[in-house]
Amino acid sequence: MPRYRLWLLTVALWVSGCGGPFPQTTLEPRSDFGSAIDQLFTGIFWWAAGVFLVVETLLVITLIRFRHREGRPAPKPTHGHTLMEIAWTLAPAAILVFVAVPTVRTIFATAGEAPADALKVDVIGHQWWWEFRYRELGLVTANELHVPLGRAVQLSITSADVIHAFWAPPLGGKRDAIPGHVNRIAFRADRVGVYDGQCAEFCGASHANMRLRVVVDSDSGFGRWATVQLAGPAAPAAGTLAERGKAVFARSACIGCHTIQGVSPGVIGPNLTHVGSRATIASGLFPNDSAHLASWIADAPALKPGSLMTRMKPPLKDDDIAALVAYLASLK
Amino acid sequence: MSEARGLTSWLTTTDHKRIGLLYFWTALAFFLIGGIEALFIRVQLAQPNGQVVSAETYNQLFTMHGTTMIFLALMPLGASFFNYMVPLQIGARDVAFPRLNAFSYWVFLFGGLLLNASWFVGPLFHAGMLNVAPDGGWFGYANLTERQYSPGPNIDFWVLGLQILGISSLAAGFNFIVTILNMRAPGMKMMRLPAFTWMTLVTQFLIITAFPVITVGLAFLMFDRFFGTHFYVREAGATPILWQHLFWLFGHPEVYILILPAMGVVSDVLPTFSRKPLFGYPVVVYSGILIGLMSWGVWSHHMFAVGLGPIADSVFAATTMLIAVPTGVKIFNWIATLWGGDIRGTTALHFAVGFIAMFIIGGLSGVTHASPPADLQQTDTYYVVAHIHYVFFGGTIFGLFAGVYYWWPKMTGRLLDETLGKVHFWLQFIGMNLAFFPMHLIGLLGMPRRVYTYAPELGVGTLNLVSTIGAFLIALSILIFLVNLWRSRTHGQPAPNDPWGGATLEWSVSSPPPVYNFSVIPTVTNRLPRWSTERHGPMRDPPAVPPEPIHVPGGSWWPMVAALGLPVLALAPLTQTLWVAFVGAALLIAGVYAWAFQPFEV
Repeated sequence: MPRYRLWLLTVALWVSGCGGPFPQTTLEPRSDFGSAIDQLFTGIFWWAAGVFLVVETLLVITLIRFRHREGRPAPKPTHGHTLMEIAWTLAPAAILVFVAVPTVRTIFATAGEAPADALKVDVIGHQWWWEFRYRELGLVTANELHVPLGRAVQLSITSADVIHAFWAPPLGGKRDAIPGHVNRIAFRADRVGVYDGQCAEFCGASHANMRLRVVVDSDSGFGRWATVQLAGPAAPAAGTLAERGKAVFARSACIGCHTIQGVSPGVIGPNLTHVGSRATIASGLFPNDSAHLASWIADAPALKPGSLMTRMKPPLKDDDIAALVAYLASLK
Repeated sequence: MSEARGLTSWLTTTDHKRIGLLYFWTALAFFLIGGIEALFIRVQLAQPNGQVVSAETYNQLFTMHGTTMIFLALMPLGASFFNYMVPLQIGARDVAFPRLNAFSYWVFLFGGLLLNASWFVGPLFHAGMLNVAPDGGWFGYANLTERQYSPGPNIDFWVLGLQILGISSLAAGFNFIVTILNMRAPGMKMMRLPAFTWMTLVTQFLIITAFPVITVGLAFLMFDRFFGTHFYVREAGATPILWQHLFWLFGHPEVYILILPAMGVVSDVLPTFSRKPLFGYPVVVYSGILIGLMSWGVWSHHMFAVGLGPIADSVFAATTMLIAVPTGVKIFNWIATLWGGDIRGTTALHFAVGFIAMFIIGGLSGVTHASPPADLQQTDTYYVVAHIHYVFFGGTIFGLFAGVYYWWPKMTGRLLDETLGKVHFWLQFIGMNLAFFPMHLIGLLGMPRRVYTYAPELGVGTLNLVSTIGAFLIALSILIFLVNLWRSRTHGQPAPNDPWGGATLEWSVSSPPPVYNFSVIPTVTNRLPRWSTERHGPMRDPPAVPPEPIHVPGGSWWPMVAALGLPVLALAPLTQTLWVAFVGAALLIAGVYAWAFQPFEV
């Protein structure tokens, strides 16, 4: 770890007291894309720090040395100095060359190109959640992106409504999700883990609540996850609460917006076929437990301002909600 | 010619000095409103999961904070000095078009009031809350700001308010260009203009070229919202990216519209208080012009995450980095001005030096996001919030405060208290660094901007708390500033013509100057008319009593009446009432007509 980053982190730890971890930090890259940016930034940071030190020191020395003192003779009225002007025009220009050259190199190296065998995922921003479609695998999920360790991943990012930006800082830079356009980023994750991210382009009332997670898993772990996701939804056993929940789901407004394979075809909200397998609900806002799920179903806009999942009219009865929660939790 | 008194004389005034004061007090009021909005934002973010304001209100707060500070506080604070100082600095009796000048002010006031009315008129729009203030960000990105995604009147207030404010800026821009080019005293060649007047001129050229661009962008958006056109609608084959190009094509020159006047102030203040001419005057002037020109070729650096492609990104990275060169040149020339001087540490000098010290940080962080890949981790995060506040607060506001402490005696005839001034400076300096420096880290640790809440797991709670404390220190420093202004009315020492030993013409007349400015129009023979250098002695000040009567035009109600027509026109689409449009148009046309036919004598 470069020294400046240690220093930055020390300062951060010291002031923040809690000492991290920082799940959305840009300073500990976990992919080739993130590292390329980090290296570039480190270089520019040092140039900037150097210029800062030199110029501010010069300013302070000037102020101290030439401060007003009684009896100081009137200053000489110098009007300028051509050579000095040329020097301090060329000096910053020369420094900028050292910034510009690696910049252009990195621009082309991180333009989103990926080898043919890359895992391709379509990322679609919605107000206010993320849809992930794995083209080759034919599977669809929401808010939690799973990728295998060490394999190239190419994200094709777009939006279904307004402009969002996909950003998972430890894995690299953000790209806007723009309706009618497709932006690509490519990265190769280099450490297993769960990384946080969130929408970075202001997109309306719940912009702050449009979070996401990226789960980097070993090849076999990713394979197991994909197999589960590809299977049909779990069928609740007869006579259980979950079975009643399935019936409630099928006769309620839920089916208008949500897909559960073989149950409902809605495409406005997240696909729920395996919602029970996710760690969070409501686009990374809450842990996926029955208490949160129940209050989310009862009144989503109270938890996420502006949520397009409105309160149901007439409201669902408490035991219906309990049944729905049992059903959704069973969809592992 | 005695000075007219009373409310009517202020409402009808066409005197550039009075209009300058009107701009000052109005902009100061909006500055306080924008500051209170900032405090709400900081209180909400002081800890994770803040509950002080709702998501909707927070989005209105940050939108109005940005919009207010840029269009209603910083630009018009600059305009107050353009108004008051430029005619004095060039040896003129007034601006070229005094009534148009009054019109600019009233349009600005009414536009600002219309924008801020949105805080209170929710019930009129059946909104269910008091506030229907704009909530799409000061950048108002389409297609979020289209009717489909922002159905309420919020964005309408924003679009119409900005259209009105644009008219004010454009009218003033043309006025000051004509004034500076044509109203100069004999011998005041272009390369003898004070640096502040030069930067004003560059700023006005940027205004008259940049504002038409946003006017077009806003007109498209207005048509989309009110008449169902599809300039930014993807479903109709258009692209919302068009808005971003138009907005930033305006928006980046706008950054320099905000910073160049402050650079001009600093270029006037430093020589006065180091008793040395501005080092490299022509270079400072040319670099200002160059910055103005280059500001047209860098807009896409606001759009590096849009995905314009590696070639466009590389080109805009290069042009953006190049702007650092003339900016650096200015900073070196300022330091060279101080070098070898006899530096008197007045409050004005403190603020001017504070400008340099803080602007360097803003400039350097700017270079880090001139690099597109690095920017992909920085854009839309608190890192950029830190950057713009080092530029606009550390830069523009420190520069403008240098101007206030420098020119206040000239504008009011009273000196400000230097001790209070220095307390103000140090509190503000410490406050701003506490408020904005942690934001660099907050951004690098992954907190996006424009979020009303954040998770405790992000680990940036303490840093945000520090930032909030800094914001309140700034607020305290501004309170002290207000006390200082207020005290100066009664306790301030009466100011002589030239309390600082300035070199430029405004110091050759009384404080405040007589209504006609110069009893005799001075003849200028060099760039530092009031100083003696190795080449010349100081000029003689104009006599205190005019040797012959001076004709000064009377006031007029019509600029204000014409200006009033604009917000009334805006009320028509807001309330969806046709006849209101006719009332507004009638006011505007009648006002302009009566204005055109009113003789100079009243």
